[in-house]
Amino acid sequence: MTAKLSNAQIAWRAAQDIQDGAYVNLGIGFPEVVARFQPPGRQAIFHTENGILGFGEAPAPGEEDWDLINAGKKAVTIKPGTAFFHHADSFAMVRGGHLDVAILGAYQVAQNGDLANWSTGPKGVPAVGGAMDLVHGAKRVAVITDHVTKDGKPKLLEACTLPLTGVGCVTRVYTSLAVVDIVDGRFVLREKLAALSFDDLQSLTGAALHLDGDVADLTCPEV
Amino acid sequence: MDKRIATLAQAVAEIPDGASVMIGGFGGSGAPIELIHALIDRYLATGSPRNLTVINNNAGNGHVGIAAMIEQGMVAKMVCSFPRSADPRVFTERYLAGEIELELVPQGTLAERIRAGGAGIPAFYTPTGFGTDLAHDKPVAEFDGRSYVQERWLKADFALIKAETGDHLGNLTYRMAARNFAPLMAMAAARTVVQVSHVVEPGGIDPEAVVTPGIFVDAIVTVPHPAQEEDLNRANAYYPKVTA
Repeated sequence: MTAKLSNAQIAWRAAQDIQDGAYVNLGIGFPEVVARFQPPGRQAIFHTENGILGFGEAPAPGEEDWDLINAGKKAVTIKPGTAFFHHADSFAMVRGGHLDVAILGAYQVAQNGDLANWSTGPKGVPAVGGAMDLVHGAKRVAVITDHVTKDGKPKLLEACTLPLTGVGCVTRVYTSLAVVDIVDGRFVLREKLAALSFDDLQSLTGAALHLDGDVADLTCPEV
Repeated sequence: MDKRIATLAQAVAEIPDGASVMIGGFGGSGAPIELIHALIDRYLATGSPRNLTVINNNAGNGHVGIAAMIEQGMVAKMVCSFPRSADPRVFTERYLAGEIELELVPQGTLAERIRAGGAGIPAFYTPTGFGTDLAHDKPVAEFDGRSYVQERWLKADFALIKAETGDHLGNLTYRMAARNFAPLMAMAAARTVVQVSHVVEPGGIDPEAVVTPGIFVDAIVTVPHPAQEEDLNRANAYYPKVTA
């Protein structure tokens, strides 16, 4: 089995592409980790769907104020410049093209940018939250994910088989093995782990990987 | 004009069987626990109101607030975006048993449908949900080369919301992220009932700071130290209290 990036390293890599002053929404769960890896000297402004812009880190245990939570219902803090607003304004920021980046998890991503990340099928209680809104409107919609599923099946596919969150919405995928852009309905390989051959990476990918110029080494520190 | 009502019981007395009720809150933040529990008290005493449609972002957590309404059998239908929580068992069991209906709405669409209801806009187009299972039966139109889904307004008979400070005229301010859906629901309900932590005379709120103008509010009741749903759940609270 080829070595791969840890989840923290995938998040670290995604964080390197967030510019100073960018307005950013991080999906609940794994994507929230991206906030820990802002490069020195850069300060993103984080948006959470329930109505806060520019919130701070988690408070110390025992210091939680449960009127001050993020979309994952975890306690956060205010800091100079924090703003509160109602839900319609919050989703105006989302759909209205005001966010620079949204970073989300994925079950599957298709080569045309379709994303499936909200439902694994008709069993149980369906729940969508803001996922279907977040995939529309941000200037960049990036996905962070393991390159394959837990049982080794490709997550980057010609077409999603799970229920879609959005059509043609993803622009870049950061995986445990590679960085892949979605350009004109194709996966374009930008970076891969140096120890992994193109053919090995292709064999773990469910759609053709295309080349457009050099492929850089995907390197991350231990984090 | 004075929109103050003396008791929680009076504040929820008019909600009939079969009503649609918007309830503010995102998870525990902004949940009007005392108004909800007053409604449960009325149901336990009189058998009414029942067969309610409840509109909220979630579908209850633990055994207090909306979860307790569901547990008592007052709710026929939930309209929400995310019927999961730390402890969603009350809703989950009834949903899987076919005892409660669910209309699942993307979160931003839910907010905008409520806003549209309050603003007199019967329908609007949004990119959200296009090409997904949640929009397959909805009209679609193209604008500037992109496809959008038509969504309809959402209104309700009542809204129960929580605010921080209210004056006698119903002007409101909120506390941090507890604001969430409340200003929208206040607009979209035929009758909006608000629990406030502080009540002040007109003039006690800086006009520049008013978030919900009093025109959207029908009744306010003072609850000086409101319970926080998250605290209740961390204490494993039940409503009404389980007795031996």
